[in-house]
Amino acid sequence: MSTSLAFDLLLAAALLWSAWRTLATPDIFRAAILFIVFGLLLTLAWARLAAPDIALAEAAIGAGLTGALLLDAVGALRARRDSAL
Amino acid sequence: MIPLLKRAAVILAAASFAGALVFAMLDLPAPGVHLPAAVEANMAASGVAHPVTAVLLNFRGYDTLLEVGVLLLALLGVLAVGARATPPAPAPGEPVKRMFARLAAPLMVLVAVYLLWAGAIQPGGAFQAGAVLGAAAVLLHLTGILPGWGAPGLRLRAGLAAGFLIFLVVAGALLAQGAVLAYPPAQAGRLILLIEAGLTVSLGLILAGLFLALSRDSGDEA
Repeated sequence: MSTSLAFDLLLAAALLWSAWRTLATPDIFRAAILFIVFGLLLTLAWARLAAPDIALAEAAIGAGLTGALLLDAVGALRARRDSAL
Repeated sequence: MIPLLKRAAVILAAASFAGALVFAMLDLPAPGVHLPAAVEANMAASGVAHPVTAVLLNFRGYDTLLEVGVLLLALLGVLAVGARATPPAPAPGEPVKRMFARLAAPLMVLVAVYLLWAGAIQPGGAFQAGAVLGAAAVLLHLTGILPGWGAPGLRLRAGLAAGFLIFLVVAGALLAQGAVLAYPPAQAGRLILLIEAGLTVSLGLILAGLFLALSRDSGDEA
């Protein structure tokens, strides 16, 4: 088995695993972080598929901006819960 | 027992649907038109040297024009729902984070301009450059340097709409050519750069706006 095939299989497994963990984890902060991890792995997948344009967009918008927005939402939810207590 | 049965039924249905999708993908007929070859044959007339930029801004410029319109509409929707009368004062961030944001923001603007310029010959272009600009604004906002948007002023609104308007004006001016966004090959490169420069600024503001208009500063009652 060549190295690149092994890497691709590992990448695909990591993508599926991080997608599953993102949806299944009970802690929303961890889910947001896992979503960013998923986005960065997907960036690698696009790069492996020789689509650097999509990889750039995925890294910037998918992982970066959306991840920051999700983290901000988690922070806002925590602030609301703390003020309700 | 019932939840177990239900779960098994859902798993079975999802698995068979996934299997059907895989089968359908494998069963797709070969495309009738070989598009990469068509793009390759017309690259000389496109005004740029990178095929993806040529497709996005020239051969399929119409699609991109409408995409930018959709993004602008999305932000208008957010502003209509979430606009607050007074923006809350930004929470002071930690000094290390603020210092880092101050150092990183100019570099991110530089990277955005590079991506815009590089889009003509290699991967890059207005969308990626705009995303980096938007990320810089978000970074500044998260460290408390840039306040969230209350109601955007006239200059901000002009910046948000500029990219779409420039694109629209170019499309309108070229209508006399008989087709939407059919650039004359001699001016294609310059027109694409003009449109992309406008799009970079506007997309950066729009993406930042989706964040800054929605985000609640810490301590702010949501």
